[in-house]
Amino acid sequence: MSRDEVLEKITEVLRDEFEDDELEISDETTAADVDGWDSLAHLSIVHEIEKTFGIKLTMGEIQESKNVGELIDAIIRHIENK
Amino acid sequence: MYSFNELKKASRQDLDSKEIKLAVLGNCATQFFSKAIEGYAKLSGINLKIFDADYNQIDAQLLDKKSEVYAFNADEVLVWLATDKLYEEFLDLPLGMRNTFADQIMQKVQHYWSLISDNCSARIIQPNFTEIDDKAFGQYSCKVDSSFVFQIRKLNYLMQISMAERKNVYPVDILAVQIQLGHHIFYDAPLYYNAKMTVSMDALPYVAKAVVDVIKTIEGKIKKCLIMDLDNTLWGGVIGDDGLGGIEIGELGKGHAFWNLQRWIKQLKECGIILAVCSKNNEETAKEPFEKHEEMVLRLSDISVFVANWNDKASNIRLIQETLNIGMDSIVFIDDNPFERNLVKSMIPEIEVPDLPEDPALYLGYLQECNYFDTVSFTGESADRTKQYQAEYERRQSQMLFDSIDEYLESLEMIGEAKPFEPIRFARIAQLTQRSNQFNLRTIRYTEDEIERIANDDKYITLYYTLRDKFGDHGLVSVVIMEKRSEDVLFVDTWLMSCRVLKRGMEEFVVNGMIRVAKEAGYKKISSEYIKTAKNGMVKDIYKKMGFTEISDDKYIISVDEYEEKKNYIKEIFK
Repeated sequence: MSRDEVLEKITEVLRDEFEDDELEISDETTAADVDGWDSLAHLSIVHEIEKTFGIKLTMGEIQESKNVGELIDAIIRHIENK
Repeated sequence: MYSFNELKKASRQDLDSKEIKLAVLGNCATQFFSKAIEGYAKLSGINLKIFDADYNQIDAQLLDKKSEVYAFNADEVLVWLATDKLYEEFLDLPLGMRNTFADQIMQKVQHYWSLISDNCSARIIQPNFTEIDDKAFGQYSCKVDSSFVFQIRKLNYLMQISMAERKNVYPVDILAVQIQLGHHIFYDAPLYYNAKMTVSMDALPYVAKAVVDVIKTIEGKIKKCLIMDLDNTLWGGVIGDDGLGGIEIGELGKGHAFWNLQRWIKQLKECGIILAVCSKNNEETAKEPFEKHEEMVLRLSDISVFVANWNDKASNIRLIQETLNIGMDSIVFIDDNPFERNLVKSMIPEIEVPDLPEDPALYLGYLQECNYFDTVSFTGESADRTKQYQAEYERRQSQMLFDSIDEYLESLEMIGEAKPFEPIRFARIAQLTQRSNQFNLRTIRYTEDEIERIANDDKYITLYYTLRDKFGDHGLVSVVIMEKRSEDVLFVDTWLMSCRVLKRGMEEFVVNGMIRVAKEAGYKKISSEYIKTAKNGMVKDIYKKMGFTEISDDKYIISVDEYEEKKNYIKEIFK
């Protein structure tokens, strides 16, 4: 799966979470850039991402990914190791 | 099952129905737990509002009489002690004290229960404890009383004993959910370490269902009747084709699955669920296994209404429902045939029709997971209802022999009795307030502990009525609670009656008793009220018929001296 495809799917997850069909994100997007992306929303997003890609992120990846780009790196790593 | 995401979205819905307030307290993070419960409740039609206390604030909230929890004025309080946190407390104890852990925690829980009962009138919803096996002693833990495995199992045992003694505590079997899903699905380690949440997002909907099932039951939304198809549902094969020797039922082979299903259904009947049969068959053929097959568990005497003909099943189910006089939404219908199920579902949307798995071996487990028959009380009395329904059928038959209704009623040789609430009846009275929908003037639901409080409160005059006739005993059929409003005036807080005894003078008999008791206690007037619900239209004008004067919409009053005794054919025993 390409980075673009992963980004597209994450965008869908975030749009659903924040009920905003226009939401656009990039590798540089951080939680602080999106209204409502607090620690609880983050857990919910992680859960949806895990379901979408059929993977399980590690405790570290969940806590320490600084931006969407790092999250995508982690997702791709898991998909490739499947 | 719904996903957590669906529940989260549903939790934001606005419902019109009566608001029910739940306070949630936990030793772990409860935000998602509460969200899931709220969403699941709303998807079940319950307008639940939740107060979610902050992380680990149980003691602070419960000890402070002015705390947010008490100010919230909850209908129910849920105290959730997650095992993962308890395990950490366990390890804080020195080895020599660990064998007292279960007793210590149980004392703490009982202290919580007392605080809640002393400071508010909420019912307590109490999850039991999930299990953690830390393998510290390997499997040998099972016999080492200072191991966590030993203590957590003991704790669940102790809690069962303690809950049985507390009427206002309602169990949630969260351990059963953990067992059903398995620990790997129930628990999500990263989620626990990141957020102190002890149930995975995938398991939360199941936990929410368990909690909401209890709330629904407390609110009187319960199932009363199971209607069963026969061929390939209660036994393997088709009785009309395969004959008595050909159908599969009994301890051997495939018949074992049906045998176990029947044994479970028999147990439901013993707990008070009404059983009925709805089958496309000739009646004689359909009844044969019940009468003649040695390995059948269910017998004709277990079935309240037996309908076997070639009409469509929706019409037959309506017939059964009318005979039993219960709400369609309190009925579950099981049938192996998806075509019949869909027909019934589309014709009768209120009825519950589980989509049984294809393999009969899976029927029982599937039905058990649906958990249709949750309850908040158990009395021996309701077990007799099958006989009562069958006797009702006999009464209907004999009614045809008389020229006038009076003649018929007289022939029944009815004997009625009215008494103030007594402890051995509290459970049954509470059950009636929860189950009666049609003949129920104000539809106030009471739990057993509330009934006990009312019975012991001088502000109330209580009456319960029993009725028997020459065909059998109807048991407790009517409940009246009158509240002292002033020196002269009593208000009818509750009047409900079982629909089994309609139209035989019981209404008149009850009102005669109400007036007499009020008079004896020195009251001059009785005021009353009808509160309309979707189901109680049948009693809209009952007070008018009984001679009460309507003073404003659905509000009535009568002076006890002006009341004229109503004629009926019930011989009275007053105590």
